Amino acid sequence: MTSVATGLRRVGAGTLRAIARVGFAARFFVAVVLQTPAALRRIQLTAREIYFAGVLSLVVIMVSGLFVGMVLGLQGYDVLVKYGAGDSLGIFVGLSLVRELGPVVAGLLFASRAGSAITAEIGLMKTTEQLSAMEMMAVDPLARIVAPRFWGGVIAMPLLAALFSAMGVFGAYLVGVRLIGVDDGTFWGNMQASIDFWPDITNGIVKSIVFGMAVSLIAVFEGYDAHPTAEGVSAATTRTVVGASLAILALDFVLTVFMFRGLGNT
Amino acid sequence: MAGASFGYDPRRPVLRGIDMLVPRGRVVAIMGGSGCGKTTILRLVGGQLRPQEGSVRVDGQSVPDLGRDGLFALRRRIGMLFQFGALFTDMSVYENVAFPIREHTDLDESLIRDLVLMKLHAVGLRGAAQLYPNELSGGMARRVALARAIALDPTLVLYDEPFAGLDPISLGVVGQLIRQLNDALGITSVIVTHDVYESLKIVDYLYFVSAGRIVAHGTPDEVRRSTDPFVRQFVDGEPDGPVAFHYPARPYAEDFGIRAS
Repeated sequence: MTSVATGLRRVGAGTLRAIARVGFAARFFVAVVLQTPAALRRIQLTAREIYFAGVLSLVVIMVSGLFVGMVLGLQGYDVLVKYGAGDSLGIFVGLSLVRELGPVVAGLLFASRAGSAITAEIGLMKTTEQLSAMEMMAVDPLARIVAPRFWGGVIAMPLLAALFSAMGVFGAYLVGVRLIGVDDGTFWGNMQASIDFWPDITNGIVKSIVFGMAVSLIAVFEGYDAHPTAEGVSAATTRTVVGASLAILALDFVLTVFMFRGLGNT
Repeated sequence: MAGASFGYDPRRPVLRGIDMLVPRGRVVAIMGGSGCGKTTILRLVGGQLRPQEGSVRVDGQSVPDLGRDGLFALRRRIGMLFQFGALFTDMSVYENVAFPIREHTDLDESLIRDLVLMKLHAVGLRGAAQLYPNELSGGMARRVALARAIALDPTLVLYDEPFAGLDPISLGVVGQLIRQLNDALGITSVIVTHDVYESLKIVDYLYFVSAGRIVAHGTPDEVRRSTDPFVRQFVDGEPDGPVAFHYPARPYAEDFGIRAS
């Protein structure tokens, strides 16, 4: 009986802690957004973070995009040709990349490449009292450290997702047209005719912006909230990658439901 | 600071009724064993924490009553040296010292350069300006942090364990620097430390803190002559005395299941 009570109590305490944490994260988000003018006024700080989060992720994003596109080309053609629709390869590849794979896979890569780095950096700054030191120098770490990293991530993410999609389309072209022998003009022509800027591409961009915000917020929050010890920072980094990945997948579903509701298949 | 009490957990206060006066232009040390609440006192002075009772005044201003802007304005006049320096590891020594100047002023780059080099010269590290924090020894890092703490010519400098983990030579250098900078720049210094020997050489007044209370205070000469058991234990480094060697525990016999028969 007592063990049941203890168990229940533990569940209750855990739930309360989780809710409190979500509340803290929400207040943190508002506080970071309020620091936006500071991040924009000193644009070179944000530019530096765009470089770290974006430019340094270019290689992994572009190589992954290329390979994902090539695999899509192979698998897509294999299925489509059975139904005599080999010519639609361009549409299939383009739509899946622009609508889904570009934002989602680029987001996942971004979370593990840049998100983990941001969390670890902020967490270590906290551990070594650099954030405290900044506060004591009358410099708000939210404005100086957190906001530029947040906005750097939010700006870098859609650009990375777009590049990912572009590289994917190129990879599919290499495999489909160059290797398998789909007609060049059909591949590009069908793609151009069936993918609209609105809603396909814009929705992909909206998705990647939302993912960028989610990943960046989780990354800066986990870093800022990390226990100031070695284990604390390592646990926070793990939480960033796991939490951000799950957030991307869940948000993707929700966004897709709203965006493509009633559109039917293109 | 008058009657200031503070606890991270209200039921277990870390500080209980601390009364302390730090006159302008003096070097005052707050001494005590590890974990007795010394650093908490500095956090109260810097406004990072608020006392649950009592008052904390700096330069006539009540720190806990200051709003965010007022607190930041006050902190511009306070320099703080953290336990291990807390240098920004992604910036060079030069950029570290320039950081508070860049953040709070619109000075020309050439003027900033002159200021930074002057501060670094004062701590003897002008030649190390282009090094990075990971290339510095513990003592050098502490001196760079000191240069950064005085970058904006503060009126009050707080030192959190400035001597921890330093070899005897670096320790002497840092100690002398604290004294000289205090006198040359006319600042007020508060040092939190457990290094009695070094402190007695450089400070004007000492407070001894134990278990969240001030248990003794006096000038270095009074401390040397003191017969107070706590002061004696602390100054002479006795393992047992008013501060017990054993962390509070259950009776020895009980822990080993031995029953007196």
